[in-house]
Amino acid sequence: MRILPYQAVYQTEMTLRQRLWQINWSLIFLITVIGGVGIAMLYSAGGGAMDPWASKQLGRFALGLIGMFIVAVIDIRIWLRYAYVIFGISVAMLIAVDVIGHIGMGAQRWLRFGPLSVQPSEVMKMALVLALARYFHRVNIEDIGRPVFLIAPLAMVLAPVALVMKQPDLGTAVMLMAGGGAIFFLAGVRLWKFAVVIVVGLACIPIGWNFMHDYQRQRVLTFINPETDPLGAGYHILQSQIAFGSGSVFGKGYLQGTQSHLNFLPERHTDFIFTMLAEEFGLVGGLMVLLLFALLMVYGLAVSVRCRNHFGRLLSMGVTVTILLYVFINTAMVMGLIPVVGVPLPLISYGGTAMLTVLGGCGFLMNAYIHRDVRIGRHAGES
Amino acid sequence: MKPEQDRGRLFTRRAMILAGGQALMFTGLAARMYYLQVVESSHYRVLAEENRISLRLLPPPRGRILDRRGAPLATNAQNYRVVIVPEEAENIEQMLDRLDRLVQVPEHERRRIMREVRRRRAFVPVTVRENLSWEEVSRIEVNAPDLPGINIDVGETRSYPFDGAAAHVLGYVAAVSERDLTGDPLLELPGFRIGKTGIERQYDLQLRGKAGNAEVEVNALGRVIRELRRQEGQPGQNVHLTIDIGLQEFVAKRVGEERRAAVVVMDAHKGDVLAMVSVPSYDPNAFNEGLSGKEWNRLITNPDTPLTNKVIAGQYAPGSTFKIAVALAALEANIPPSFRTSCYGHVQLGNQKFHCWKKGGHGSVDMLDGIKLSCDVYFYELAKRVGIDRVSAMAKRLGMGQSLDLDIPGERNGLIPTRDWKLAAIGVPWQLGETLVAGIGQGYVLATPLQLAVMTARLVNGGFAVTPRLTLAPPGVDPADEPPHSFPPIGVADASRRLVIQGMVEVVNNPQGGTAFGSRITEKRFAMGGKTGTSQVRRISLAERDRGVRKNEDRPWRERDHALFVGFAPVDAPRYVVSVIVEHGGGGSKAAAPIARDVLLEAQRRDSSSVMPGRIAAAPPVDKGPAR
Repeated sequence: MRILPYQAVYQTEMTLRQRLWQINWSLIFLITVIGGVGIAMLYSAGGGAMDPWASKQLGRFALGLIGMFIVAVIDIRIWLRYAYVIFGISVAMLIAVDVIGHIGMGAQRWLRFGPLSVQPSEVMKMALVLALARYFHRVNIEDIGRPVFLIAPLAMVLAPVALVMKQPDLGTAVMLMAGGGAIFFLAGVRLWKFAVVIVVGLACIPIGWNFMHDYQRQRVLTFINPETDPLGAGYHILQSQIAFGSGSVFGKGYLQGTQSHLNFLPERHTDFIFTMLAEEFGLVGGLMVLLLFALLMVYGLAVSVRCRNHFGRLLSMGVTVTILLYVFINTAMVMGLIPVVGVPLPLISYGGTAMLTVLGGCGFLMNAYIHRDVRIGRHAGES
Repeated sequence: MKPEQDRGRLFTRRAMILAGGQALMFTGLAARMYYLQVVESSHYRVLAEENRISLRLLPPPRGRILDRRGAPLATNAQNYRVVIVPEEAENIEQMLDRLDRLVQVPEHERRRIMREVRRRRAFVPVTVRENLSWEEVSRIEVNAPDLPGINIDVGETRSYPFDGAAAHVLGYVAAVSERDLTGDPLLELPGFRIGKTGIERQYDLQLRGKAGNAEVEVNALGRVIRELRRQEGQPGQNVHLTIDIGLQEFVAKRVGEERRAAVVVMDAHKGDVLAMVSVPSYDPNAFNEGLSGKEWNRLITNPDTPLTNKVIAGQYAPGSTFKIAVALAALEANIPPSFRTSCYGHVQLGNQKFHCWKKGGHGSVDMLDGIKLSCDVYFYELAKRVGIDRVSAMAKRLGMGQSLDLDIPGERNGLIPTRDWKLAAIGVPWQLGETLVAGIGQGYVLATPLQLAVMTARLVNGGFAVTPRLTLAPPGVDPADEPPHSFPPIGVADASRRLVIQGMVEVVNNPQGGTAFGSRITEKRFAMGGKTGTSQVRRISLAERDRGVRKNEDRPWRERDHALFVGFAPVDAPRYVVSVIVEHGGGGSKAAAPIARDVLLEAQRRDSSSVMPGRIAAAPPVDKGPAR
């Protein structure tokens, strides 16, 4: 990462050429390395073949990178202006998926647009960051102390949470709440208010339990004790842990993972791809991947701290936190630390929408970096 | 500007806190990885291996059952099956259509196949048809390129080349039932067969052999990926029977016309059972292929009990064949052969009248005449003089009233009554009249055809307590290495035995009243001796006797007498004994003796008791032959 000299004055207008000049190639390198790990693992998951997963993922990754560039170079104020529109479209898509969505994995999650199928809940993760960043960009520090000013952003978080819970998609709901909470925290909401929300949330657990589907309850129960039903619901967690443990320090070698290749590991190309990596490359490989994500986090932190406009700070840190939430939830799940929830490992798991969402998020991160010295007024369009 | 700067500082502080929290989470994840992959690694490695490696049993080929000359009676035939592997067949319906043009696939089979295809995993082969002929196999093989997913599979099935001829000796194999499970994992293999009766059951463990195993790598669905290690099992051992299948077939054919009958041929000295036939029989091959419920029901409800081996499990009143034991008991009780009594057709005891089979009586009879003519009155008198307990003791010495430890299951003991037995079993003291009835082998006395053969053998083999056997040597032992077995003497004086033997020779060869003269063997070197028996199934009432309704043919089949005959040959140096019973066959001389004659003649012609085919065995080391 390159540290640019501090510019004493705010920039107002940037040409496209200036923006391109500002693109941070070390971030792109980092993202490409992580994406490359993903394609290599999908090659292994396909039994040492590009098909069916690795080749498709490669195409998506390339497409996503282009999208990332486009997101990065669009003027940050345009994003600010359309933040609520994008959020509104995402909410509309979530409602649509509820009405006409395709049935998949026992829950409604996909929307089809011709040859494309989109998972609105993935798009929503970034749209929420965008919308909250815009909201808190506008609100000054005194107003944040007033509860009235928190009603609107709370609604922005809870509306999509309610919609994804209905699908039901517990993983996304948790991510939206945690990601939203992080932005609240960054915006300066008092800690005791978080305490109140957490206490209320805990009190709601029994009610939530009643709203859960049987398979979700089963997941929670088997998380608590996976060995009770090793061939039933606890199977996934147990087999995943066996894969981890048998991988040991240096792993079984690329394409040599017995748990993965003999199909003991479920969903090895999507949610459990980290398990497969840890089986084939061991502790060393697993830690390397975590290190790559840690670098991404450090990068995101540096960008946000360096940013001189509040929208950019909130946007870049919000995106960083969201991407790392993917990482934490996914890896903690496959290691048996939390119940099984459907959250992919960003840039590595097979899946189009998540790939595009995460690369789009990286585009915002880069956008914030490019426009770090742009001054944005409190109100949209103002400079 | 100031609030904007404050906002920036607050953001930076909180972003740092958040980053710190994330770093903590990374640490937690790394710690969990360390725990799983370093601390608990060996535990999980074992679990992964257990997942991956599966032990497959390799069923050993079942041992063969051979006759005394090595002819296979039970072998393993190759069973060609056509199977369909759903994942390799593009379109199962279409494949079955194509297959139907080559070999018949009936509609109901088709439904079963489709059902199994749906139920099983796509790589598990589903059997389409079994027991294909060679021609059908080649028709499929020729068309193999057009039949993806259709394979020919070779399995082993038990085959009994002589069908029902020796069914009761061999028994049969069938699927393992819940009861049969002993912990041997082989028994839990689908399609595994175990012996259910006969030799197949008796020597099941030895015939079964030891399972081998293969360590294979499997995936989560159980599909075998590759074989890692293989340990061959031990094939089952062959069992060499004493049966001469040629003689066995001859006997089966000879009595096959009867409705219910039993014949056993034995070597008098070694106890080798050369032929053992129970009629009706069944086809053991049918069990192997799997009987339908209807077929099985027909077998077990058949009043002629085809599944019962009547030679060892049929208990009959021995009738006059029992007179052998009575005569020996009398001679051993010092009643001389010259003892005479007069037969007027019946004898009176209190207010009971005991009839002789000959209405007019035999006149004055000595012991030889008594045996030759089978005079009932003479044996009433002997039994009365000797007493039931001494008669019973002699019968037991001759092998009756007890299991003979033949090496197939199902043997029954028969019944030799004594005073104590009756008091204990029925609670009523013994009556003298019952001694008289026992004297002619009726009343309580029961014996199996095998026991009657053993009785005859012990009489003619020089007085040794021979026991029957069905195997030449224990499984796994070469019969040539098996030392000859010697039997203890039964302790009956040679003179007594010779007299009874002479009586039996006259039964067959004396034209003056010998009851089986019509069934003698005219070829002198093969001549036989024997004793007829006619055992009453139902008591004939006085009224019937007066009306003269005595002839068997006048009574319904079920009430007709059983026909019995025990015999031996050749008379000069007895080697073969035979015991024949034809249920409801009428008189022993008419229904049983001709069978015995044909069987003994065939046994001698075939030289059944020698192990090498066609070789005339050296004369057996015994008896100087009956004094004539």
